[in-house]
Amino acid sequence: MWLYEKKLQYPVKVSTCNPKLAKFLIEQYGGADGELAAALRYLNQRYTIPDKVIGLLTDIGTEEFAHLEMIATMVYKLTKDATPEQLKEAGLGAHYANHDKALFYENAAGDPFTTTYIQAKGDPIADLYEDIAAEEKARATYQWIINMSDDPFINDALKFLREREVVHSQRFREAVEILKEEQGKKKYF
Amino acid sequence: MSTNRKSYHPFASPHDPCPPQTIKTYETPPNLYLGFQPPGLEQFPPFEALKKGTLWPALYSPYSSPYKDDKKG
Amino acid sequence: MSEERSLPKDYYECIEELQAIDFVLVELTLYLDTHPDDLEALKQYNTCAKKRQELKEKIEQRYGPLQEFGNSYSSYPWKWATTPWPWQI
Repeated sequence: MWLYEKKLQYPVKVSTCNPKLAKFLIEQYGGADGELAAALRYLNQRYTIPDKVIGLLTDIGTEEFAHLEMIATMVYKLTKDATPEQLKEAGLGAHYANHDKALFYENAAGDPFTTTYIQAKGDPIADLYEDIAAEEKARATYQWIINMSDDPFINDALKFLREREVVHSQRFREAVEILKEEQGKKKYF
Repeated sequence: MSTNRKSYHPFASPHDPCPPQTIKTYETPPNLYLGFQPPGLEQFPPFEALKKGTLWPALYSPYSSPYKDDKKG
Repeated sequence: MSEERSLPKDYYECIEELQAIDFVLVELTLYLDTHPDDLEALKQYNTCAKKRQELKEKIEQRYGPLQEFGNSYSSYPWKWATTPWPWQI
């Protein structure tokens, strides 16, 4: 089972009410390379991967939910006190018409989340290579959002999340090394 | 230490409609170079690790917009 | 009516202290997942785990439970399901 802890993984602050930025950030909430897709992808792979890497998939998958909560916090704070007029100007009129200010698992273009974002091949190497690619794509998305954002507090948190993609990619690369190691030999240490 | 950013000069045609970007960049973070992480690497102290997003300087990949760098140096 | 409540500076400091130690634990966890034989990292993990346990108890005495389902104690009345939640602060 999972436990919730009443704290964010990293402190999230927001400078100004900025629904336009929230519209971009939602890409990492319900987009193809977003945090929800990441969490579901890794946790789902655990059942059919060699035992040696189940722990890693469990732990990274769990951390992704903490990142999802950080993104939700940013979107929530950026839109909390915005008027319908401000949301309309930010390109969120269609979102408002359907959802008011409710968060919705969608990408920046408003496409709803779909499980087709997640592959599940059952081949350990294919699945881990997908994970490495997913981390690099999420890193790139954070870069593109940072390039458009001038909120220093948001950028600080986005840089943290971008760095986590780098570390996760590193660990998935190590998982591949562990699985390809010749059996009966000990290569590391 | 590996560099985090590489650049190249894309071909620019006199018929390009937008003013050409003479230099384009892409990121090459340290996970591309480290290999299987060796034990005993130097660590950041806890608060700095949190701020940086990693415990190990060898995995730290600073990032800022290349577009803003162009203007402000 | 919206209710604006300010939290003591100490609350933010405590949470950030916990975030810092827990972050070291997250990093060591992922590292140990691929380096299960690194004894030094394991010792550091256990030392940090003890510290975070002590810090958790200190914060909970001041500000209420951090975890649910019996992983934290609650004073009366039930303190778990009260504001603020992490995205609100």
